[in-house]
Amino acid sequence: MEYLRPRTWSDAVALKTEDPSVVPINGGTDLMVEINFARRRPPALLDLSRLDEMKGWEKRNGSVELGAGVTYTRIIEELSTELPALAIASRTVGSPQIRNRGTVGGNLATASPAGDAHPPLLAAGASVRAESMRGARDIPIGEFFTGPKQNALEPDELIRSVVIPAARGPRQFSKVGTRNAMVIAVVSFALSLDLEERRVGTGIGSAGPTPIEAVEAQAYLEQELEAGGNWDHRRRPAPEVGERFAEMAASAASPIDDVRGAASYRTHALRIMAGRTLGWAWDEVVERGGEGRRQCW
Amino acid sequence: MTRTARAGGAGARSQTITEVRDRTAPPLGVGESAVRPDAPLKVLGRFAFASDLYLDGMLWGATVRSPHPRARILSIDVSEALKIRGVATVLTAADVPGENLYGIKKADQPVLADREVRYAGEAVAVAAADHPETARRAVEAVRVEYEVLTPLTDPEQALAGGGGPIHPGGNVARRVRIRHGDVGSVRPQAEVVVEGEYRSGVQDPAFLGPEAGLAVPDGSGGVDLYVASQWIHDDRRQIAAGLGLDPSMVRLTLSGVGGAFGGREDLSVHIHACMLALRMGRPVKMSYNREESFFGHVHRHPSRSRIELGAKRTGELVYTKVRLILDGGAYTSTSQIVIANACYFAAGAYRVDNVEIDGYAVYTNNPPRGAMRGFGAVQACYAIESAMDRLAGALGMDPVELRIVNAIEEGSILPTGQAVDGPAPVRELLEHLRDLPLPPDEPDGSGGPGRAPDLRRLPGGVGNTTRGENVVRGVGYALGMKAIGFSGGVDDYSTARVSLSIVGGAPLVEVYSAAAECGQGIVAVQAQIPRTELGVDTVVVRPADTLIGDAGSSAASRQTWMTGGAVQAACGRVRTELLERAAVRLGRPPEDLALAGGAVCERVSGEPAVTLAELLGGETVEAVFEYHHRPTEPIDDVNGQGDAHIAFAYAAHRAVVDVDTDLGLVRVVELAAAQDVGKAMNPQAVEGQIEGGTAQGLGLALLEEVQIVDGHVRNPSFTDYLIPTILDTPPMNIEIFEFPHPDSPYGLNGVGEPPTLSSTPAIVNALRDATGLELPGVPVRSADLVSRAGSNGADQAPRGRRT
Ligand SMILES: Cc1cc2nc3c(=O)[nH]c(=O)nc-3n(C[C@H](O)[C@H](O)[C@H](O)COP(=O)(O)OP(=O)(O)OC[C@H]3O[C@@H](n4cnc5c(N)ncnc54)[C@H](O)[C@@H]3O)c2cc1C
Repeated sequence: MEYLRPRTWSDAVALKTEDPSVVPINGGTDLMVEINFARRRPPALLDLSRLDEMKGWEKRNGSVELGAGVTYTRIIEELSTELPALAIASRTVGSPQIRNRGTVGGNLATASPAGDAHPPLLAAGASVRAESMRGARDIPIGEFFTGPKQNALEPDELIRSVVIPAARGPRQFSKVGTRNAMVIAVVSFALSLDLEERRVGTGIGSAGPTPIEAVEAQAYLEQELEAGGNWDHRRRPAPEVGERFAEMAASAASPIDDVRGAASYRTHALRIMAGRTLGWAWDEVVERGGEGRRQCW
Repeated sequence: MTRTARAGGAGARSQTITEVRDRTAPPLGVGESAVRPDAPLKVLGRFAFASDLYLDGMLWGATVRSPHPRARILSIDVSEALKIRGVATVLTAADVPGENLYGIKKADQPVLADREVRYAGEAVAVAAADHPETARRAVEAVRVEYEVLTPLTDPEQALAGGGGPIHPGGNVARRVRIRHGDVGSVRPQAEVVVEGEYRSGVQDPAFLGPEAGLAVPDGSGGVDLYVASQWIHDDRRQIAAGLGLDPSMVRLTLSGVGGAFGGREDLSVHIHACMLALRMGRPVKMSYNREESFFGHVHRHPSRSRIELGAKRTGELVYTKVRLILDGGAYTSTSQIVIANACYFAAGAYRVDNVEIDGYAVYTNNPPRGAMRGFGAVQACYAIESAMDRLAGALGMDPVELRIVNAIEEGSILPTGQAVDGPAPVRELLEHLRDLPLPPDEPDGSGGPGRAPDLRRLPGGVGNTTRGENVVRGVGYALGMKAIGFSGGVDDYSTARVSLSIVGGAPLVEVYSAAAECGQGIVAVQAQIPRTELGVDTVVVRPADTLIGDAGSSAASRQTWMTGGAVQAACGRVRTELLERAAVRLGRPPEDLALAGGAVCERVSGEPAVTLAELLGGETVEAVFEYHHRPTEPIDDVNGQGDAHIAFAYAAHRAVVDVDTDLGLVRVVELAAAQDVGKAMNPQAVEGQIEGGTAQGLGLALLEEVQIVDGHVRNPSFTDYLIPTILDTPPMNIEIFEFPHPDSPYGLNGVGEPPTLSSTPAIVNALRDATGLELPGVPVRSADLVSRAGSNGADQAPRGRRT
């Protein structure tokens, strides 16, 4: 196996374009497991982990551009205010060792339906910035996951960064696992309320072939919040609205039975999580209500 | 943190053990927390485990395994594998030099499958190559043609005679029948009767150091094997048979063992590595990866138990009736003894005059099951302790009170007819737990206005699933009992050699035995005993190998008793010799002398009379002792009666749990344990055993299950076979009781297994208390705790307190 260590991002892009069969590696927390079990035997590894260009983040025009090589530990430490749901999700990933190595870029490229970064990115309406010698493009997150462990990257493309709208309202993430740490999600749910744009975002993990956005549930809730004047008055929606939203969110999933849990349990848990996260989100809205509309989230 | 140890007997004394010690203090003797010689290396990551073995020029072995649970082997074609550059050889059943059957109790498992495979994962061929990756490729290139057969995977079907015989003698490995009193005639006297069925899943020992060994041919037909094991002498017996060699041609040295828990009693890489090494005339190393490890060792037997208890209104048990079936998988391993042990203790640690126990261990095409910490008593304890809580419910009685009313004591007659002849402080354990203050309720999960909740204190942990919504608390108790040492007529023994010499002017003791250090701390105990017995600080424990006599297995919670006994007695002989020599030299009767501080002293005054260096000069005093425990007898086949055991040990737990009844997520808030250990030889190691055993029981209660569908393991990885992390393991409040055992060295009792028994049912009883659900099986899954997924869990009113 060959091992390539480009010095710059553009070298990396060039190497990948030259030979699309080279396999990028960042934290290695997915890839090395695959190699260890001989599930993959890549001809060459392209080590991205030392490229400074991928290790930073920047806030611009209300969005955070998060380098593909930023680790979970740094997200927890540096981005809890701008990206609260992603930070909560990062806190649930693996163990300290894994959070010190694992990156959002790696999580996206693996595209597991259980990837913990995915639901918050879906709920926030992020986009994935991909690059090759042919140029750069932004892939809306909703179009990025194309199947189980499949994504929309072309063979010559690398993920450079993810552009994520910063929070303009409460964001929540909730993950059910069989144990209280170091666990792959049995099912997970992310919620985002954008108080300025009056948008509701959702993301569901581990309950379908790809991470899922509960589009109808979002539309329903937006409409109810509008009709009920809840956006305007920072008032909690009626319990029936929350229940209906939770049901609709749960029915957006298409889970299966596997070693981690039964489909029926996953659907049930989703309904509970959607209901609870909505409640907590409004707790925050109500708590901060006195601070007026201009407050910064 | 301090914990209390209590001595039993008249005027029980209380002693507080402080864990933090002065690191400059001298090494410690019996009863003190001596630091283990392997501890610093393990903590620093410098301990050499078997998987670290290396020799220049060695080859790497790898194993071809059957993908089918049941099939005929039509042909094996190794030609493609042999063409790969770097592949040295590929061996099949035809190449097994000796007997192609092995087994710890019954030789019924092929070294390499011959014509037939009986479980998915069974070894079919082995390859050796110059690199582990090349060996793996060779394995992939071996073409095996199978005729796939329908596997028999349901133990009830196996018992009923269906599914076709897996072994020539049929599919029942053993039936155990125990009859005591007369259940039939006393039944009408029972005022309250409860019945229940309880199931336990397949637990994996999940030791962290996968199976590994290095075989080195000696150039004259013999072989040296360095391997991780629990019992190198029995390994040698089986290996020699497989290789067709005299046992003297096979020498084993224990390599670094990364945990065992019963899973290293059976052979894994042993014969394969030796075969390859002898064939190639080169050293061969084999080391499984995590996935293969799941197929490289036996698992805990899954169980189904039906229990009927009849009691008076007072709670007094009138009769106990148990039917219990263990699925032994494809080969015998230790199944016949595991089922016996499950049956011995199926009625729990309770006085009951009328008992019927029927136990069966059967063969199926599931992976083989064998020894695992608790050895059948775990399954029995889970079932009976669940039934006892059900009985308490039916009686409207406090579950602890019910247990105390029926608790056995010294002199009680067990279902096998044996009288309990050591201390049986069951009531004391239960009373202690009952009287412990409960942990405080958690503060409001919301953390209060503007404050983030501490998610680690809530079910679901950092998964952020609840802020206290629908979280209920429950408390549960359980009591466990198990025999210590080999039972049923086995002449169990251990051998130790102790030698004392003067090195660099100071006395040095060398201890030599074949006792396997699997992490439990026998190396420390072997060093502590001579310090106490001979008054010499510097003690070296030699690596275990087969050049000395057998030490028996590090199993059955027996090793500290048996090898400790051998070391103590060998020390006694050395001491006698030293004192006699000193007596001659000093012209004093030996009875007036004692050993302390590296010298012979006046017994009364403690004044040194002559140093050991002066006494011995260049000579060495040495003694070997073979320690046997008292004889036992097997139980009879008709009524299961017999004095089968040398000793019994007891532990009890109280569990406090919080359950999110909407999501079925659990946080174990506290686990309190009380155990009688006779004598805490090394209190820190004892606590370690209790903590570890309790955590392993927690794993069985909530997490750990090898999921098998149609004979195929679905989760052979630590991604999906989940063992408790530190965030799942609560603070443990441990109480160690020391009621000296009459027959053992220092009055000690076995420690390792009892805490694994009662922790599981205590947790499940707490879950039942919290939710009101029946919860028949372990591990309890989230979905089991949501009474009806989709109905908001409201079909049964929770009995627990809301937090
Ligand atoms: C013990 C353990 C626990 C874990 N727990 C969790 C968990 O709780 N939740 C969770 O979601 N995941 C978990 N994971 C999986 C893993 O840690 C995450 O998916 C992580 O985000 C992967 O990031 P990485 O940088 O290590 O990826 P790598 O392993 O380096 O790469 C993963 C994949 O992405 C590709 N890749 C990497 N960077 C790029 C790029 N810039 N452009 C294009 N392709 C790229 C690689 O070629 C590879 O296919 C766990 C893994 C382990 C070993």
